[in-house]
Amino acid sequence: MIVLLLILQVLLVVALAPLVTGVVRKTKARLMRRRGPSLIQPYRDLARLLRKEPVVAHNASILFTAAPTFIFAATWTAAALVPTFFLNTELGVAADFITVVGILAAARFALALAGLDVGTAFGGLGASREMMIASVAEPAMLMLIFSLALVGGTTRLPDLALFVQSPTLGLHISLMLAFLGLAMIAVAENGRIPVDNAATHLELTMVHEAMVLEYSGRHLALIELAQSTKLLLYISLIAAVFVPWGSAPAGSDGLHYLFGFAFYLAKLAVGAVALGVFEVTIAKLRVFRVPQFIGVALMLGLLAALLRLVSQGL
Amino acid sequence: MTALADILGISSERWPRVVVNTAQWQEAGEKIAAGLWTLVAHWGEPGMVHVALRERGSGKTGIVSIPAENGSFPALGRQCYPARRLERSIADLYGLVPKGAPDARPWLDHGSWGVTHPLGAATPSQPQTPYAFLPVEGESLHQIPVGPVHAGIIEPGHFRFTCQGETVVRLESRLGYVHKGIEGLLAGAPLDRAAKLAGRASGDSTVAYASAFALAVESASGITVPPRAAYLRAIMAELERIANHIGDIGGVCNDAAFAIMLAHCGILRERVLRCCDSVFGHRLMMDSVVPGGVARDITADGIAEITALADYLARKFPGIIALYDETASLQDRTVRTGMVAHELVALFGAGGYVGRASGRSFDARKILPVPPYDTLAFEVPLLERGDVDARLRIRMQEIEQSLSLLRQLTSLPSGDIQIAVPHKAGEGAALVEGFRGDIFAFVRLAQDGSVARCHLRDPSQFHWPLLETAIDGNIVADFPLLNKSFNCSYAGHDL
Repeated sequence: MIVLLLILQVLLVVALAPLVTGVVRKTKARLMRRRGPSLIQPYRDLARLLRKEPVVAHNASILFTAAPTFIFAATWTAAALVPTFFLNTELGVAADFITVVGILAAARFALALAGLDVGTAFGGLGASREMMIASVAEPAMLMLIFSLALVGGTTRLPDLALFVQSPTLGLHISLMLAFLGLAMIAVAENGRIPVDNAATHLELTMVHEAMVLEYSGRHLALIELAQSTKLLLYISLIAAVFVPWGSAPAGSDGLHYLFGFAFYLAKLAVGAVALGVFEVTIAKLRVFRVPQFIGVALMLGLLAALLRLVSQGL
Repeated sequence: MTALADILGISSERWPRVVVNTAQWQEAGEKIAAGLWTLVAHWGEPGMVHVALRERGSGKTGIVSIPAENGSFPALGRQCYPARRLERSIADLYGLVPKGAPDARPWLDHGSWGVTHPLGAATPSQPQTPYAFLPVEGESLHQIPVGPVHAGIIEPGHFRFTCQGETVVRLESRLGYVHKGIEGLLAGAPLDRAAKLAGRASGDSTVAYASAFALAVESASGITVPPRAAYLRAIMAELERIANHIGDIGGVCNDAAFAIMLAHCGILRERVLRCCDSVFGHRLMMDSVVPGGVARDITADGIAEITALADYLARKFPGIIALYDETASLQDRTVRTGMVAHELVALFGAGGYVGRASGRSFDARKILPVPPYDTLAFEVPLLERGDVDARLRIRMQEIEQSLSLLRQLTSLPSGDIQIAVPHKAGEGAALVEGFRGDIFAFVRLAQDGSVARCHLRDPSQFHWPLLETAIDGNIVADFPLLNKSFNCSYAGHDL
């Protein structure tokens, strides 16, 4: 039973990911009084890209062609580890916050290398910006994990969820601060406004898009699917840790799972719509302001940890 | 010290033209470089080179010409920067060599026309050496070539950035990709065809271009259009200005990824264009202004529609300004980004929002007014800081002024809307305020009433070089925002 559920989860995260992207786009379009593309347009785009022949630069190395597969595989693996509609306690140490972040960092490393590989100006520009953002986002993320570990006594995601769900837990300022921090990191990591703009055509302002500018066909399809999956991952992660209610606990019956699934879909929808609304209300930051933005997340993490220590009387 | 009036002699015309000797020509160059005179336009024809000037103190305007003996003329570009690219264009088009010019590289001619010097002694073109961009030396510099094909739906132009990390050390642009040979097509064209061509020099300013051409023709043939036609031209010009400014405000904000502003402005701009379509029969009002008047009269319903549009915009537009004012993240991008110094704006004689955002108050509607602007009440907004924010705010204030002008213009006189242009030879020039800035037109009519020569000068001629200085010291990611705040015309520049 649990094996089946885990397999279902692995398939689910990648199947739902383009839909989440579609919901974000639709939300933004509706807020701007446009009709917007249909919710399933990202699926159509992927199908179209998969049918097309990839065009690869003459001087591209094996790295360039292998990177999309690696990035997608890594992102998919990370997404599969995050609890979705049930608490995957059976995964044991694998479903760990630090594991997930580590796998994503590996994917980012591959993407930056691929951006540099063919030696175009934009690839290099994007890779250098991505690394600048990573160099502040990753410490901020670790700080947040650290504060969560202090509060919850664990970095394993299902256990964190159980801790937050426990009825004895009152109002917890540290958790709220960590939630805000993680939401900011999620915005930065997914290349959303105000850090990056996934919808722009202006090469000079791009971060993520600049790195993947040379990709086409099935390579691009894999990268786009990986990007969608990453967005779903972050929404799932925030939902799993901070709003775990509704997730089916291990060993519950079929009805619980069904409920859990409905709750999970609702959480994804809320996350996607909230992101869309947020993106419409704010302009993009100047590139050098991004570290300040992420610095706030770092400070929130630090504050969460300090509050925890102070309230415990050390 | 020579005043411009001393060279030009006594003339009742606004743009008298005199042929000068080398010494006077070079003195003109010195006066421009010293900032006493403004270079308004600089163009050539076989055997002759012209420069249109405006004296800053007295406001005197005129054209001086120098014969190009042995296919060359003394370069003004030695002393004055604004003349340099214009002289490179003259060299490319006519084969007239600017003697002593500091930059001998081709400008408009990319070697793909099939001929060299198409408007002079045309010869089959020879293979060109690759274009040499200005050298940049220093440690850890890298270059980013952008264009001429861009990802968005914009015109083609190449930008060569030299950067240190994210900071731009030098930007050099290369233009000429959309050279259409309009000057060549205009030479010898009958008047109606020439008017159409002039209206297509830069499509977004079609009313301003057509008006500049028409005014130059009317000045050449010594006629004055009926008052009703002048009013109609002004109505169209203000509608065009409003539509373009609204579009620009949305576009600039969109380049800071604040797409909601583009959506709001898109709605307003569409209302303006639809109103133009319904009143004048064309969304951009192409071919509505013709030499001798306007092609289409306005009905009472049309006036009511324009009044309704002005009311609608006056109701909605404060919301746009408030949205801009209340979005701190947006102003964080625009304030103090891409500043242009007042000295440079004055030296280049940059018009429009670029000039007025940097403290140059020149507006052709105010300084060299043609009816009906001499009788209308409006202000020329002026700001000093010269950044993206200032250029946006100038546009916002100009929209408000244009709305007030529209209201004044709706009580227009009755009468004819067009008079016949007599067939006779003559020369004339005009300066018209388009939404980007002042558009200059020079026309020489032949005996049969056709156009012998015509030169059109886009305001962007003097904006493009300033764009390159504005980006200095900014980061490369801010360029799209800066570029959009200038919104230079490629088509108008390349002609």
